[in-house]
Amino acid sequence: MSPEEELQSNVSVASSSPTSNCISRGTTVALKEHNYLGLSDCSSSVGSSTLSAGLTEDDKASISLKATELTLGLPGSQARDTDLNLMKNSVKLDEKPFFPLLPSKDEICSSSQKNNASGNKRGFSDTMDQFAEAKSSVYTEKNWMFPEAAATKSVTKKDVPQSIPKGQSSTTNNSSSPPAAKAQIVGWPPVRSYRKNTLATTCKNSDEVDGRPGSGALFVKVSMDGAPYLRKVDLRSYTNYGELSSALEKMFTTFTLGQCGSNGAAGKDMLSETKLKDLLNGKDYVLTYEDKDGDWMLVGDVPWEMFIDVCKKLKIMKGCDAIGLAAAPRAVEKSKMRA
Amino acid sequence: MNYFPDEVVEHVFDFVTSHKDRNAISLVCKSWYKIERYSRQKVFIGNCYATNPERLLRRFPCLKSLTLKGKPHFADFNLVPHEWGGFVLPWIEALARSRVGLEELRLKRMVVTDESLELLSRSFVNFKSLVLVSCEGFTTDGLASIAANCRHLRDLDLQENEIDDHRGQWLSCFPDTCTTLVTLNFACLEGETNLVALERLVARSPNLKSLKLNRAVPLDALARLMSCAPQMVDLGVGSYENDPESESYLKLQAAIKKCTSLRSLSGFLEAAPHCLSAFHPICHNLTSLNLSYAAEIHGSHLIKLIQHCKKLQRLWILDSIGDKGLEVVASTCKELQELRVFPSDLLGGGNTAVTEEGLVAISGGCPKLHSILYFCQQMTNAALVTVAKNCPNFIRFRLCILEPNKPDHVTSQPLDEGFGAIVKACKSLRRLSLSGLLTDQVFLYIGMYANQLEMLSIAFAGDTDKGMLYVLNGCKKMKKLEIRDSPFGDTALLADVSKYETMRSLWMSSCEVTLSGCKRLAEKAPWLNVEIINETDNNRMEENGHEGRQKVDKLYLYRTVVGTRMDAPPFVWIL
Repeated sequence: MSPEEELQSNVSVASSSPTSNCISRGTTVALKEHNYLGLSDCSSSVGSSTLSAGLTEDDKASISLKATELTLGLPGSQARDTDLNLMKNSVKLDEKPFFPLLPSKDEICSSSQKNNASGNKRGFSDTMDQFAEAKSSVYTEKNWMFPEAAATKSVTKKDVPQSIPKGQSSTTNNSSSPPAAKAQIVGWPPVRSYRKNTLATTCKNSDEVDGRPGSGALFVKVSMDGAPYLRKVDLRSYTNYGELSSALEKMFTTFTLGQCGSNGAAGKDMLSETKLKDLLNGKDYVLTYEDKDGDWMLVGDVPWEMFIDVCKKLKIMKGCDAIGLAAAPRAVEKSKMRA
Repeated sequence: MNYFPDEVVEHVFDFVTSHKDRNAISLVCKSWYKIERYSRQKVFIGNCYATNPERLLRRFPCLKSLTLKGKPHFADFNLVPHEWGGFVLPWIEALARSRVGLEELRLKRMVVTDESLELLSRSFVNFKSLVLVSCEGFTTDGLASIAANCRHLRDLDLQENEIDDHRGQWLSCFPDTCTTLVTLNFACLEGETNLVALERLVARSPNLKSLKLNRAVPLDALARLMSCAPQMVDLGVGSYENDPESESYLKLQAAIKKCTSLRSLSGFLEAAPHCLSAFHPICHNLTSLNLSYAAEIHGSHLIKLIQHCKKLQRLWILDSIGDKGLEVVASTCKELQELRVFPSDLLGGGNTAVTEEGLVAISGGCPKLHSILYFCQQMTNAALVTVAKNCPNFIRFRLCILEPNKPDHVTSQPLDEGFGAIVKACKSLRRLSLSGLLTDQVFLYIGMYANQLEMLSIAFAGDTDKGMLYVLNGCKKMKKLEIRDSPFGDTALLADVSKYETMRSLWMSSCEVTLSGCKRLAEKAPWLNVEIINETDNNRMEENGHEGRQKVDKLYLYRTVVGTRMDAPPFVWIL
């Protein structure tokens, strides 16, 4: 299930775009502003609705109006400066990412693209393609579990013009990655995930005659040690590990807080950021996945495209339980075998 | 007063099969109640938490067939967490303990485990038929126990379940002595299939009428299977890719020609469209065609296939067929009763989807149409009015405009008048799903005209509580009401609490109902289970001082005779 679930009830505006905004709200909440290499943050947030989740109530109020405005005109053309202001104000939470998989807000910004989908009627798929393409060259920087085994691809993001990719990005090649998923309201359109998955598998397997990559959703179950229930996420709604990581973080934060409460440690003040940080750092959770062969591997070792191809299930384990799982070398071997 | 001995009355009752009618019979008098309950063989329980196994068995000790439904409908769309409930194990355990002679079990949206399948397979000697629809929680190991232990298995029908495929050998677990299969549907399995075991199983099942294969069964295997099962009535093709010149393909063509009983075709999960012509010789017999998973069949190949299917009564298709394709359907399939058009491109972008024109064409060409599910890009009031005029016989009308809140694309008006025309004209309408921009007005129409309506699905619609009130007051036969993202709140919820006793269930998510409203409802109606599904902090909801006014994420309430269920997970709060 996607992070919008939790935030759905906050949306009361009649238009559909705010609801879908929740995706990016959910995904941006707990990440530092800086990207992985410590370079300055991107200014590319396209949707003005992007960054509200990490903000105080005031900030939220002040941007929510803007965010929910339905404007005519090209997507992304509104409120660019608003975004910049928001970016400056939004650095509140300083925790390490829950799954310190991957960089940056930068990747997260791509999720903001989704928000404009339902608000703006034009040029959506073009936009997505262009922007998504910008992301496609970036994949996992390094295996976060074994820092010394870092893959060498650096964040090429910075090379791509960050300002309003829509309409401005010069990239033309758009077949290398699936377009970032359209703004998805949870459970809409009302199609069973079985159907979505089946169609997606077919599209993936078929010849891509027109160069259009597989569409449809790819739901996998995500479980977490100690969590009362498992969730489902649509892997195709993310374009890289960073997005997935923050989405999961948002989803499962409540469980961590729950544990905190039951330990009697945090008491009622559960959202204190220091406590969250301590807890996360202390617990050291690890994201793993089960691949097509039934083996459990650490997430982050293989290119994103390959990952969504082979991932059958996700599991958030405690770090100590995950010792001995596929380290980088094995994962790389496997990926070589597949290639 | 009874003029006849009980046996005679019972014999008369044998001719009454529908659940509604049998329920009605049991209410006539005590004597009929008694006779009816001892003779009832098939029981349908629409909400597994409305009662419990013990009460079921007390009332119907001679039960042979049980149908159970678990999760609410919106669970199909990921709105209900997986661990919500709907476990079948307690039912199977109770049935096993009571030694009832269970022969058939049909489950929908329930959690089934390998353990329950194993227990099922071992506990009922005469067990014949297992139908699982949209269930989850089990693996092919569970299927292996069914295969191995059910000596008289007739039907194994797995529809759209989530099954962990352990790539085991469940098919080879059918003993050589098993020759009774009539239905075998494993299309939803993802893994490899033991083709040898499958072929041998089919070869020794002379009664096999329905066979639905999964993706892992290639065309050459299909050719062999069809050659030894010419009596096939219902076929689900798995993988259909091959070279039209190949020997397998020629063999398939020959085999298909012999399948003169074939009436229903589905599958084509992977398909080479140019090979479809192999099926043309039998198309004129087809009454049911499901190509809703056949993403690779479109354009002229699809049209050609459909043009051969003049007797089609049921068609499930993807919207890649386009309005033009639907016009072909309208002019070819004069017997069409049920149409479902599913979205093919879920990422949006508005590719060859269908519009109101396709719907109007179908309504004009197919006078027998009574059920429709239609996903489309856009709609107009005028089109809906025309459809209502052309097809006043709708029983099920489900329209899903992909973009929420989209108005009439010509007039920019809400679609109230269009849907109003539908409910006014279709006096037998039992199921309705709404979409597009809708105000309270449409609910006024529904309350006024939809007298037979039993199930209503509402999303992103309405302005005020009045909308919901119109429906609750007007639709006397309402059984299932499901609402999401609509501005209905406590006033509507609490206006007529006794109404919920006449309904199976109510679902409201992302609406305006508050916790205090739900609490008040629960107090007024102890015969209801009022469940709050809050995936965020339930505890915080309680402790927080503002709890009363806090909005509830998801509310699911249903009538029950057995009170609060004991298996609810912590995030479900039963008031």
